[in-house]
Amino acid sequence: MLEAILLTISLDDFIWIIVGLFAMFTCLSIVVLSLTWLERKVLGRLQLRLGPTRTGPMGLMQPIADALKLILKEDIVPASSEKALFWVAPVIVVISAFMIWVTIPGTQTAVIQNLDLGLFYIIAFSVIGILGLVLAGWGSANKYGTLGGLRAAAQLISYEIPIIMVAISVAMLAQSLDLREIVDGQNDYIYVFVQPLGLVLFFIAGLAEVGRTPFDIYFAESEIVGGPFVEYSGAHWSVFFLAEYINTFAIAALMVILFLGGWSGPVLSGNWEIIWFLGKVYVVIMVIFWVRGTFPRLRIDQLMAFAWKVMVPMSFLSVVMTAVYQFYDWPAWSLTAMSSAGLAVVGLLIFKKMTAPSKLVAEVKARREALEAQRRPAASGGGD
Amino acid sequence: MTQIPENIMPNSEPVEMLLNMGPQHPSTHGVFRMVLWVDGEKIVDVVPHIGYLHRGSEKLCEGEQYNQVITLFDRMDYIANFNNEHVYVRAVEKLMGLEVSERSEYIRVILCELNRIASHMLFIATMGLDAGAMTPSMFCFRGRERIQGLFESVSGARMMHNYFRIGGLKEDVPDDFVHQVREVLDLVKKDTEESDKLLSFNEIFLARLKNIAVMSAEDAIDFGLTGPCLRASGVDYDVRKAAPYSVYDRFDFDVPIGLDGDCWDRYYLRVQEVYQSIRIVEQALEQLPSGDVASSLGRRLLRPPAGEVYVRGENPRGELGVYLNSDGTDRPYRIKVRPPSFCNLSSLKHMLKDSWIADSVVILGALDIVLGEVDR
Repeated sequence: MLEAILLTISLDDFIWIIVGLFAMFTCLSIVVLSLTWLERKVLGRLQLRLGPTRTGPMGLMQPIADALKLILKEDIVPASSEKALFWVAPVIVVISAFMIWVTIPGTQTAVIQNLDLGLFYIIAFSVIGILGLVLAGWGSANKYGTLGGLRAAAQLISYEIPIIMVAISVAMLAQSLDLREIVDGQNDYIYVFVQPLGLVLFFIAGLAEVGRTPFDIYFAESEIVGGPFVEYSGAHWSVFFLAEYINTFAIAALMVILFLGGWSGPVLSGNWEIIWFLGKVYVVIMVIFWVRGTFPRLRIDQLMAFAWKVMVPMSFLSVVMTAVYQFYDWPAWSLTAMSSAGLAVVGLLIFKKMTAPSKLVAEVKARREALEAQRRPAASGGGD
Repeated sequence: MTQIPENIMPNSEPVEMLLNMGPQHPSTHGVFRMVLWVDGEKIVDVVPHIGYLHRGSEKLCEGEQYNQVITLFDRMDYIANFNNEHVYVRAVEKLMGLEVSERSEYIRVILCELNRIASHMLFIATMGLDAGAMTPSMFCFRGRERIQGLFESVSGARMMHNYFRIGGLKEDVPDDFVHQVREVLDLVKKDTEESDKLLSFNEIFLARLKNIAVMSAEDAIDFGLTGPCLRASGVDYDVRKAAPYSVYDRFDFDVPIGLDGDCWDRYYLRVQEVYQSIRIVEQALEQLPSGDVASSLGRRLLRPPAGEVYVRGENPRGELGVYLNSDGTDRPYRIKVRPPSFCNLSSLKHMLKDSWIADSVVILGALDIVLGEVDR
């Protein structure tokens, strides 16, 4: 069996895979460094701060200083922890994060190994990361860790469903699961114009999938103080965050490929198109950082309710809409109309479910104002 | 057929887990410790533990001269130092029957209200952090920092001021004080408005705080809540209005009250109180008389007549009461403090009933305790 597999791989292919993997590791590490710097700077600017300034020009060396510090720190393994699980958990998380990138193309040719079932492969591998988080929570023999691990399992599996359904509707549009063909399919119009609902669902579910604010529930700093990562320190901890940033980058890249036309753009051609790709991805990431600087965190039950009552039905709706559009061969604007209507429904649902308290608040405010108006003449009359 | 162990039967008793929260937890606002019994994510029971910051302040007061006690009061509610000093010096003044000059009274009120603003800004910041919003805290801390800069220019210290004296103040305020305060007030108003816009009516923030830990007015009174926590439940009670002290009766200000008594009301009430405090300070600056602020006692050793006195004042966290018993020597015989945080904290168990783990942080945050005051 092994022999058969080995025979199918020529030496050239083998060398190419090794070189490609090394290149991928290097590129992703640089991307992660840039993301940590960017996040600090963007958040700093949002929060009236400067962000890092001391390490190099504009603090550009900050990620390297951080990495050095983390690697040099003592790697504490709690005595009561499940040693094997404790060690293997970050590795599982980071491997699944890296493996996704094997098949994400930067341009038509800049890809380690393009797969016909690329989208399917990515979704399948992204689920494995959850296992690492649960193991980390359980293995660290810490109650906060366990709570965080269980939250992670619940949250990530729930939000996997809308991601899959939205990905399916895009695959139906492109008639392929191959990411390169999906991008080629967007030559006439990018899919965000026909599936705005899909983009919004994918963005929200993506935020939940990588545990970004407002869905950073499984490591909620102020409640369960880091969740699965609570016992980790030094290099192990940094590996988790390496994975988190790679996942954030992957979600942004998928969004660009599925909805924003991937690397297609004017002026540039050939492999230079990767500049378009990276530019778009970084714009999406900036939006993610912006959301982080703006929103508080949801509670776990609200998060689950939102997933099952809003996200999942709407993502199924988007599949049905795409299917109807494909089957009857309607013009593209009909799907745009349907999808926009769906988006309006989502907006309405969010308004009903999540903003219901705020309507209450408006009422309360009115009541309070009425009360104060009542009180004021009485008070001033009494004073005189 | 294999026997299923009793404890994993689906309809067996729920398995509770003991979750220790604190004293080293980022959201317990100091060294407070809660031992939570949780069933999954739901809190079944809570056992609060206090005393990690106990310094024996009340006992220490007995060993200090009257003027030295002021520093100990600075360190009780270390977020609202001026308010604490104010209540204590008023207690001694009442015992000695001292008259305080108009100017000192006005400056005291200005500083106390500024301190209330600073304290509430810290509350808004931490409330946002507890709910997971990072940015409002920065807006609020900027405003608080401005006020503390002002305090530094007045008293020489950012926090432990030791500025009020029995019968007056340590020294007069700087020459450009009025101008400085006006400038800071405008900026602080903007900071508050900014964080208010960003946080108060945010959907997620509302979802997290609205209808959480609802306290009825009766419950609130029964638990001895005071300050914003009481007013959030709809009870119109503020010591500044109910039993006006100092020169508070000369200002026109509203006492905001909540209607639902939930965490969001407790939060929003404090936001509104910031605006009211700004109103008070503005009026006080208008009316600020000139004159002497030094104590008529000079630097003499104080020997109040034997007797006892109870004085209360409205602190940012509620009603601070000071019971002072003098035996005629230069040191107090007994000082007993009624700290608002401690009394408010007693309702925690009631509030946490049937809430989620994530709520516990928000509920504790909305109570706005200061452990220095709880443990003394």
